[in-house]
Amino acid sequence: MSEVPPTRMNQQVFKAKKKAAESGHRLLKKKADALKVKFRDYAKAIAETKSSMAADSSSAFFSLTQAEYAAGNFKQKVSEGSMTARVRVGAGIDNVAGVKLPVFSYFETGAATDNASLGLVGGGKKIQMVREKYTVLLQNLIKLASLQTSFVTLDEAMKVTNRRVNALENVTIPKIQGVLDYIDRELDELEREDFTRLKLVQGKKEVQEEQQRKMMKEAEGHNDEDIMGTFDAGDDEDVVF
Amino acid sequence: MEAGKLVAVIGDEDTVTGFLLAGVGHRTADSCNFLTVKQDTKPDVVESTLKAFTQRDDIGIILINQHVANNMRHILKDYNQTIPTILEIPSKEHPYDPEQDFIMQRVNMFLGGGA
Repeated sequence: MSEVPPTRMNQQVFKAKKKAAESGHRLLKKKADALKVKFRDYAKAIAETKSSMAADSSSAFFSLTQAEYAAGNFKQKVSEGSMTARVRVGAGIDNVAGVKLPVFSYFETGAATDNASLGLVGGGKKIQMVREKYTVLLQNLIKLASLQTSFVTLDEAMKVTNRRVNALENVTIPKIQGVLDYIDRELDELEREDFTRLKLVQGKKEVQEEQQRKMMKEAEGHNDEDIMGTFDAGDDEDVVF
Repeated sequence: MEAGKLVAVIGDEDTVTGFLLAGVGHRTADSCNFLTVKQDTKPDVVESTLKAFTQRDDIGIILINQHVANNMRHILKDYNQTIPTILEIPSKEHPYDPEQDFIMQRVNMFLGGGA
């Protein structure tokens, strides 16, 4: 702290720094508030979606059971062989107060359906139903996944922002204030020193002047005496015209 | 590599079958994005698969049954990557319990603490 030379210029520099830190603090606080609002929204949405997901999935499971009943055990067949994903998730980016949030979107690649001949013997309709139910469930889950990633990212961003706000508030600004106080103190001290020095010089000068005046007076007094002493009317002869 | 990321599934037979029918399955010669957890599937197989899925960059979302996730808590608790996202889903035999979901715990903590 004390390595800063206490000069007027540094005082100006630190005043500017303090101003910048304070406005930064204000801005960050605003950002933290905005994030908090969004975060709360997401938390609520997650809570809602998660509970609705339970219902969705139980209906999906039920449709699968129905299909199994109608078409026999086809589970083994489904997971056999090589396959290509027909459903993928695209990654987009949402921006909340400067924080980038990943957003997943459901899209189909348009590839041919695997196991299209499944349930040809019987229960094909039920299996189709299973596909639909699970697709709906999957879409909801992808939404939920987006919410969840946003939630986690926001959580992280909020922590960082709060940390910054606190650091500015409790470390940076007090530090700058300390430097400013130090500079103020030192400048005052210098002023006082200057003042005393001036006073001292003035005092000395006054004493000197007093002495000089006294000396002058003395000299003058001496002269007067001299003048008076040397002057004697009787000494001079009478002037005769 | 194609555009978009895959959805990986770890779960019981019903869950995996359903999502495969929906079309998430992707199996090539050397990799596969789903794992069927049966009664006799060893936990370390599940664990290593889960870890492998989280390392892959072509996977965007990992769906995992809650009863499987319960055995993998030690991994999920320390999991802090954004992508892939791990999503706990209910299974046929095990109804969904929001209390056990690690995201729900945080949500509830926030809503409970903040509201």
